[in-house]
Amino acid sequence: MDFLQLIVSGLANGCVYGLIALGFVLIYKATEAVNFAQGDFMMLGAFVCIGFTNHEYLGLNFWLAVPLSILVMGVFGYLFNWGILRHMFGQSQTSIVILTIAMGFIIRFFAGSIWSHEPTSLETPYAGQDIRAGGVVLGVDEVMIVVVTAVLTLLFYLFFSRSRTGLAMQAASQNQLAAYYMGIPVKRIHSLVWGLSGMVAAVAGILFASKGAIDPSTGLLGIKAFAAAAIGGFGSLPGALLGGLIIGLVEPLASRYGPPGISQIAPYAILLLVLIFRPGGIFSQTQRKKV
Amino acid sequence: MSTDTATPKVVLQIDNLESYYGPIMAIRGVSLKVYEGQIVTVLGANGAGKTTLLKTISGVMDPEKGTVKMNGEEIQSLEPDAIVRRGIVHVPEGREIFPLMTVAENIAMGAYTRKDRSTIQADEEMVYSYFPILKDRRSQRAGTLSGGQQQMLAIGRGLMSHPKLMLLDEPSLGLSPLLTQEIFEIIVRLNQEQKVTMMLVEQNAKVALDAADYGYVMELGRIVMNDKAEVLAASKDIQEFYLGVSQDENQRGQRRWKQRKTWR
Repeated sequence: MDFLQLIVSGLANGCVYGLIALGFVLIYKATEAVNFAQGDFMMLGAFVCIGFTNHEYLGLNFWLAVPLSILVMGVFGYLFNWGILRHMFGQSQTSIVILTIAMGFIIRFFAGSIWSHEPTSLETPYAGQDIRAGGVVLGVDEVMIVVVTAVLTLLFYLFFSRSRTGLAMQAASQNQLAAYYMGIPVKRIHSLVWGLSGMVAAVAGILFASKGAIDPSTGLLGIKAFAAAAIGGFGSLPGALLGGLIIGLVEPLASRYGPPGISQIAPYAILLLVLIFRPGGIFSQTQRKKV
Repeated sequence: MSTDTATPKVVLQIDNLESYYGPIMAIRGVSLKVYEGQIVTVLGANGAGKTTLLKTISGVMDPEKGTVKMNGEEIQSLEPDAIVRRGIVHVPEGREIFPLMTVAENIAMGAYTRKDRSTIQADEEMVYSYFPILKDRRSQRAGTLSGGQQQMLAIGRGLMSHPKLMLLDEPSLGLSPLLTQEIFEIIVRLNQEQKVTMMLVEQNAKVALDAADYGYVMELGRIVMNDKAEVLAASKDIQEFYLGVSQDENQRGQRRWKQRKTWR
């Protein structure tokens, strides 16, 4: 029973990592840039929702605040690409990486000065409730995380395989030049992808803050999610989720059954093993062009 | 090709176009005209600037100077998607397909700029009628197709935008002579049956001149010669430098070791 609870809380953590990793991969696939501020996007999304919901701030209804925060973060992501990153087009990868790292610092600073550096948690209507089933006690917050992630995954699948914009995003990520030739407005698609990953980050942040306290430095969690994305094979959406789940599951199991301290290094140890034995990641999607 | 109207319409007119790759001037003042219903070919060796010319027309590159006019309207400063909407489609060199999407999805992407579902479906059938092999492979990932099939897919996908003018970049690249022949037969049929005006860039001068009505020869970013395709095919310079027909040997039974082109 103890084991089952570990698994569920691991899954819940893993879903959050997976969602942040999903944001990394979305942007990387579409624009070949790595957004090192993805973890900070997640943190910002959480604080935006806290700002809308918690009674010491606006005190809006939770179910209104959630879509509102997702929307705000979507617009934030879109504008970040449209206003700043797009003008870096053609610059080296390094300068884009440094720009996003700097952006992370700025977001952390702003979140700290608006919402303080104290750990805060999101006031959800289901906080502290449990589901009891045959001796197992599951927090509603943790079950919620798993369910929401599953639903989001399904929505993403439908969006990318059915909708015109989703297919155009796929096309632009597989062959940018050809996408231009087909009349796909690639630059706008890039901004939309940034908006989308801002929205995913908001969902991850809301789920994270509903489970426990969040403070502005939580954004550094992004590094672990980066490892998750690399384990899954940078560039594969299911891979990102799987990588997140693996890391999320390994952490509590390692700290419960392993020697002390192992849980902190376990994610990176797995990353190293994957990089050694399957350098492309679990779901590597590399292919050669035919001549 | 003989057109019924006395003066065919100019679809594409380029005047004094100059394009740069960074500091390198790749196109040095090119002017040309493409009439409606024609197949126009641009011949030239590697690095002559043919691909750059097509990229500048389709808006992927912006010219430094000069104008590109489509049906009289200047389009050189438009974004690529706006140019596709005006009826110019670029079928790039080296069959740039979407490798992880299926053949059917690739073809559907070609119609991205269009909304009317019923005509899109009719055009899909039209594409499959020209390239039956694509219909058999419609649910296969495009990256797994052979080179020739990928080229067919690239042309078919280009057709889906319902183009008035199709820019074809080296359709024969990397194909066997037999496949090249097949692709060019389809290009000519598309031109005649679907009334698509074609601008064709080629290194393979023989097949290009056989298919084309009019030809331009590019060297080092300039147009050095232009005429009707039959005239070009008969010209000594073209025969020597592009068609590989050896000139008569002189009295001592040796070939001239250094030949001067008439335009130099």
